[in-house]
Amino acid sequence: MAITNPLGIDLDTYKYGFHDPENYVFRARKGLSREVVQEISHMKGEPDWMRALRLYSLEHFQHRPTPKWGANLDQIDFNDIYYYLKPSERSERSWEEVPEDIKRTFDRLGIPEAEKKFLAGVGAQYESESVYHNLKEEWEKLGVIFLDTDTALKKHPDIFREYYGTVVPPEDNKLAALNTAVWSGGSFVYVPEGVKVDIPLQAYFRINAEKAGQFERTMIICEPGSYVHYVEGCTAPVYTTDSLHSAVVEIIVKEGARCRYTTIQNWSKNVYNLVTKRAVAYRDATMEWVDGNLGSKLTMKYPSVYMVEPGAKAEILSVAFAGAGQHQDPGGKVIHAAPHTQSSVVSKSISKDGGRAGYRGLVKVYPGAVGSKCAVRCDALILDDKSRSDTYPSMEIDEQDVSITHEATVSKVSDEQLFYLMSRAIKGDEAMNMIVRGFIEPIVKELPLEYAVELNRLIALEMEGSVG
Amino acid sequence: MADLVIRDLHVQVEEKVILKGVNLEFSRGEIHAVMGPNGSGKSTLANVLMGNPFYQVTRGDVLYEGADLLAMAPDERARKGLFIAFQYPVSIPGVTMASFLRTAVSARRGYEHELMPVAEFQKLLMAKIETLKIDPTIVGRYVNEGFSGGEKKRAEILQMALLEPKIAFMDETDSGLDIDSVKVVADGIKRMYDDANGGMGVLVITHYSRILQFLKPDHIHIIYDGRIVVSGGPELAEELEEHGYEGIRQQFDVIAAEVREEGAVRRAGKVFWVVH
Repeated sequence: MAITNPLGIDLDTYKYGFHDPENYVFRARKGLSREVVQEISHMKGEPDWMRALRLYSLEHFQHRPTPKWGANLDQIDFNDIYYYLKPSERSERSWEEVPEDIKRTFDRLGIPEAEKKFLAGVGAQYESESVYHNLKEEWEKLGVIFLDTDTALKKHPDIFREYYGTVVPPEDNKLAALNTAVWSGGSFVYVPEGVKVDIPLQAYFRINAEKAGQFERTMIICEPGSYVHYVEGCTAPVYTTDSLHSAVVEIIVKEGARCRYTTIQNWSKNVYNLVTKRAVAYRDATMEWVDGNLGSKLTMKYPSVYMVEPGAKAEILSVAFAGAGQHQDPGGKVIHAAPHTQSSVVSKSISKDGGRAGYRGLVKVYPGAVGSKCAVRCDALILDDKSRSDTYPSMEIDEQDVSITHEATVSKVSDEQLFYLMSRAIKGDEAMNMIVRGFIEPIVKELPLEYAVELNRLIALEMEGSVG
Repeated sequence: MADLVIRDLHVQVEEKVILKGVNLEFSRGEIHAVMGPNGSGKSTLANVLMGNPFYQVTRGDVLYEGADLLAMAPDERARKGLFIAFQYPVSIPGVTMASFLRTAVSARRGYEHELMPVAEFQKLLMAKIETLKIDPTIVGRYVNEGFSGGEKKRAEILQMALLEPKIAFMDETDSGLDIDSVKVVADGIKRMYDDANGGMGVLVITHYSRILQFLKPDHIHIIYDGRIVVSGGPELAEELEEHGYEGIRQQFDVIAAEVREEGAVRRAGKVFWVVH
C-alpha cells in the first residue's frame, strides 16, 4: 500500500523518505560568497576570530582545485546549495519543548522509544542546526560537556578555541576548507580527566530540505584517562536533486583515554557524502572508529588516527553497502608516528545491482616508530556480476622493526551456502540476507543494540528482491 | 502410491552424466539404504532430491505426495517435509546456530512474517540438545564454522530433530566418524524414526554397512554407475560385507549380461538383480 504524506511523495520508494513542510525562521540564499559566510557568522553571533577563520577558509576553498583522485566530484555544483538553514530560534533542551513537526519526524524514526530505552543524552541535528539536546544531570556534575557545536562556541569559547581546527586545519583539503567556512551544528563533547561516560552519547542527523547542505562540525576532547562512546546515526528523505553532506570531525584522545565513535550513515541516494574524520591519539590512548555506510550516491570517508605518542592504539571498523547507482569509497588511515603503537583496520564491503564498493586505506609508519604493529583486513562480498569492488591499500613503511599484515578477500555468495539454508526451509531472499548479515557481523556486534538492529533492518530493505 | 516415487531419473553436471535412470519408491514409516562405491552417484541422488542447483535433471521425474517435486525450490521441499543431512555441511560465517535454527524452524512451521517466539523456541531447542547429547555451547557458535567432523554431523542431526521431516536423506552421515560417534548419531536418527511412529521415512546414503547395524533398514539398494542395480532386504548388506563392492561388481558384470538376454529380474544367491 502506498503511503503518501501531505506533499504527495510516494513513501514506498524509501522507508524513511517522509519529510515535513518547511517552516524556517531564516533561509540563506543559494550559493557561496563572502557575504553569505559573513551572514552565517552574523546570524550566529560569533566572535570575530571565527568569522575571520570562516572567510580565510572560504578563500582557500575557492582557490583549491576539486580532488581528481578517487570518485568523480565534478557533478557537484557548489553554487546550487543552501549553506545555512535554521529551523527555529534557539536550541531546545527538553523533549517537551521540541516542536511538534520535528517530533513527528523523530517518531517515525523511532527516537522516543530509543530515548526511553537507553538514550541518556541526545543531540539531534534537524536541518543545519541542533534543536534538541538532553544531557544527564550527573554528567553535568562530572563536568562532561555535550552540546551542539554552535552553543559550545558561545558557552565554552576558551576550550573551543584551544582545539578547533587543530586536528583538521582548513588547509587540509578542499572540503575541510568548505566545512570550516560554512559549518553549522554538529556535536561538541568534552570529557574531563578520569571521567568515564558509560552510556553512549547519541546524535541523530537528518537532512530535510531540498538542497540542504549539511556541514556539521563535531569535536570530541577526551582528557587523560577518560572514556566516551559517541554514536551518530543518519537517515534522510528522498529528493531528486543532488545534495551535499560534508562534515568535519576532530577528536583529541589524551594520555590513557579511550574514545569510540560510531556512525550508521544512511543518506538518501542523491547525497554526496564527503567527510573528513580524524583523531589524534596520545600516549597509551585508544581511538576506535566504527563506521557503517549504506546510503548516499557517493561516500568518500577515511577515518584516520594519528598515533603520535608511544602506546597509542587505533581501531577502524567499517562496513559499506553499495546498491544501484551508488559508489561507496570508504576506508581508513592509520599513522604510526611513535614507537609501540598498534592499529587494526577491518573493512567489509558489499555491492549489488551494479553498485561499487571498496576500501581505500593508508598505513604509514614513520622512522623510529619501532615495535609498532598494524593489521589490515578487507573483505568484499559481490552479490551479482554487474557489481564491483575496488581495494586500494597504500602502505608507506619507513621503519624496519615493525609488524604489518594485510589480508584481502573478494567473494561471492556461494550457491552452496544458499542451498544449505534453503534446504532448511528458509526462503531464498532471507537466505541471502542471512549470509550478508553474517558477513558484516564482526562489525555489527560492535554496535549498540539498537543500531545493530537498525543496520540489519536497513540491509534487509536493501536486499529486497536479490534472489529471483 | 508411495510417498516418494523416483522414475527414470537422469542427472548430469555440465557434460558429465551421473545418474543414468534411477527408479526408487519409498514411503514414510520405512528405512531404506542406498549403498554404493565412490562415484556411483549416491550423493548426487540425495542432493537432487533436495533440489541442489549444481545438478541438472535431464530426464525422468520425481513425485512427492503425488506432486512434481522437481518443480519445487529447495526451501519449498523443506517446508513440505523433506530434509537432507549433508555429508559436507558448509559454514555460514557470522550467523549463529541459534539464529539459523530459529529461522529454519519458524519457516518449517509456517511462520510467515515473524519468527517463532523466543521462549518457545528455546524450550524446544534445549530439549532436543539434551536428547541428542549435544554440547549446548554449539548454539552460540557460527553455523558449522570451525566445527570438527563429528560436531558437524551432530549439528545436522540436531537440525533434523528440530525440523521434524517426513522424509530425510542422510548423506554419508557415518563418514569420518569413529564407531562410537556412528552409534550416537545412528541412535539419534533411530529414536526420531521410532518416535515419529510411522510418520517419518529415512533414506540412508552410505558407503559402509556399519551404520546400518544400528539403523536396521528394511530395504537396501545398491547403486552402481548411476543406476540402482540391486534391491533387497537386510541380507544384501551382509552380502556386501562378505564380498565387498568388488565382489558385487564382478557378479554384476556377469549377471547384467545375462539379464539383458534373459529377462528383467534374476535371482543370484541371496540377492535379486533388477534391470532398471
